[in-house]
Amino acid sequence: MAESTAAAKPKSTSRRGDSGELLEGLSREELHHLLYQMLQGRRFEERSAEAYALGKIGGFCHLYIGQEAVTVGAYSVLRPDDYTISSYREHVQALAKGMSAREVMAELFGRIDGCAKGKGGSMHLYSREHNFLGGWGIVGGQIPLATGAGWAIKYRGTDQVCVCFLGEAAVNQGVFHESLNMAALWKLPVIYVVENNRFGMGTAWERASSLYDISQKAVAYAMPSAVADGMDVLDVRRVVGEAVQRAREEKVPTLIEARCYRFMGHSMSDPVHGVYRTKEEVEEAKQKDPIRIFIDRLKEHGMLTDEELNAIDQRVVEEIQDALDFADASPEPGPEELYKDVYAEESVPGRLFIDRKDRVEA
Amino acid sequence: MAVMTYREALNMALTEEMERDPNVFLMGEEVGLFNGAYKVSKGMLDRFGPMRVVDTPITELGFAGLGVGAAMLGLRPVIEFMTHNFAILAWDQVFNSAAKLHYMTGGQFTCPIVFRGPTGAALQLSAQHSQALEASYAHFPGIKVVAPATPADAKGLLKAAIRDEDPVAFFEGELLYALKGEVPEDPDFVIPLGVADLKREGRDVSIITHGKMVHTALQAAERLAKDGIEADVLDLRTLRPLDVEAILATVKKTNRAVYVEEGWGFGGIGAQVASIIQEEAFDYLDAPVLRVHQADVPMPYAKQLEKLAKPSVERVVDACNRVLYRRG
Repeated sequence: MAESTAAAKPKSTSRRGDSGELLEGLSREELHHLLYQMLQGRRFEERSAEAYALGKIGGFCHLYIGQEAVTVGAYSVLRPDDYTISSYREHVQALAKGMSAREVMAELFGRIDGCAKGKGGSMHLYSREHNFLGGWGIVGGQIPLATGAGWAIKYRGTDQVCVCFLGEAAVNQGVFHESLNMAALWKLPVIYVVENNRFGMGTAWERASSLYDISQKAVAYAMPSAVADGMDVLDVRRVVGEAVQRAREEKVPTLIEARCYRFMGHSMSDPVHGVYRTKEEVEEAKQKDPIRIFIDRLKEHGMLTDEELNAIDQRVVEEIQDALDFADASPEPGPEELYKDVYAEESVPGRLFIDRKDRVEA
Repeated sequence: MAVMTYREALNMALTEEMERDPNVFLMGEEVGLFNGAYKVSKGMLDRFGPMRVVDTPITELGFAGLGVGAAMLGLRPVIEFMTHNFAILAWDQVFNSAAKLHYMTGGQFTCPIVFRGPTGAALQLSAQHSQALEASYAHFPGIKVVAPATPADAKGLLKAAIRDEDPVAFFEGELLYALKGEVPEDPDFVIPLGVADLKREGRDVSIITHGKMVHTALQAAERLAKDGIEADVLDLRTLRPLDVEAILATVKKTNRAVYVEEGWGFGGIGAQVASIIQEEAFDYLDAPVLRVHQADVPMPYAKQLEKLAKPSVERVVDACNRVLYRRG
């Protein structure tokens, strides 16, 4: 139980200015936009959980509730032409990158108007238009891809960056080490943001790692690192902002640990609490709800009124309802889609599929 | 036309494609300063510099994934594995990322990447260094699989692989690098993927094969010819897409087929080809389709055992005699 609060309260080596100072750099509109994005993520996930319970969403569905500050804070320092990539807990990262709630919800519903025409589902959201690179279902699978995006940026000589989100459990995959080594060796503009939500499914971090402080792993790659309070959108913004500036100007990667907490079960198929954590621990962590904390701070500084909050929330509620209606109305992909998109170059001599005739052409 | 080795033909293809398209780069272990473990990339670091001929740490999964990420952004990586045995470490990125990318993204992203390197057994390299893994790759939809047998095919097919918009696994015969042959010097000499090549024409039996085994099949055909048996030797060249028309044409002509491959038989290329033949040309068959492949064991080190485990000219001749119902 004590560990859970430690997660929300990083033994941070980073300096944190007082909240007034942090708020000063941002206008009322900008702050409201951050709140809007966090609320959008929260409401999207709440309604996804309902839709899952109703059987409208199938398969695995991993919700982001409790971690909104990490994505929204990190994205607030990015440009639209920067790249982001993530794991399978990525609905909110897709939305905040500019993808519409409609195309994301339709993808969760497995419909033709989804961003991947219903072929990817919850774990595989992508947008070429918004430079959102997914959406990866194998733990750690996205880490070398982010390094490759960094390579391509360097190859072309632009000042874009790529932000790679990964869960703390992915740090133990060998490919994490391989990818960070190359990024540091070749000076690639990649920021690896480890979302330490405490649990890899049901395994607490201290049961999975010989080293508690993830940021220390950067020492092995001679890479800068930092710790952010993942429950505080402005702290994430500050920490990621420094890393992004370093990546743009010096082409140096950074490893960031954002300490947060997963309020839901690992996926919709899993219990919220049980043998691996108590109900009390979850309730205690919820006292640090990143959205509530942010609302309180905005109000405290006279940056948000109840009327403004209600208007933002109302906008979000309507947007998500519209997305649900849209997804419901969108048709399922037809049989003609089954073999489409397996290959980009299909018009080749020879047979690409051993059985297309039986399934579709018959 | 110029006479050159298989490795020189590959070097020529890589060089021409990198001259043609600035998005093409070569990455792998020892490809730069060391000129390649098998010298395929000889001289290329000097010509193209370290951003385009990239020496990597020994980190197959990492640089395979790096290549996929770079391909998502529009570059065209050629990833060299020192051998395809070591590529097994990279299979997560090859199969879970590259092969599925286009489909999972609903066609938004393409992955124009080539994973290339030597395959198959050399001599006494034992179990972990002697594998022919084409069938494992062909198992996965979303990836194309190529295995050239001659210098000219090596050049023309590698160029096609690099220009292709899909991920291509490219299998070079480890014992073929020094093989010499005529190679067109035309920089536009490209052999389309999915087109088999009849390497020898006969009428009595069809030996269907790919990669290094083409040469084993040709030697077997020579030996059979001394007994008056004329074999078709069909080199598939590409395993996905598969030139089914060419397979059916040779079977319909000779009514007897033997598949020869270097890898294991279980779930092998020959198993797939035999399945297609019995489904689509059953009435033309005068004998069951037979297969010659590696013994169903890890490759042993001891000379005698290794020889026993490998497909051989003798085994191919024997299989042909069996489908012809004749004593060799």
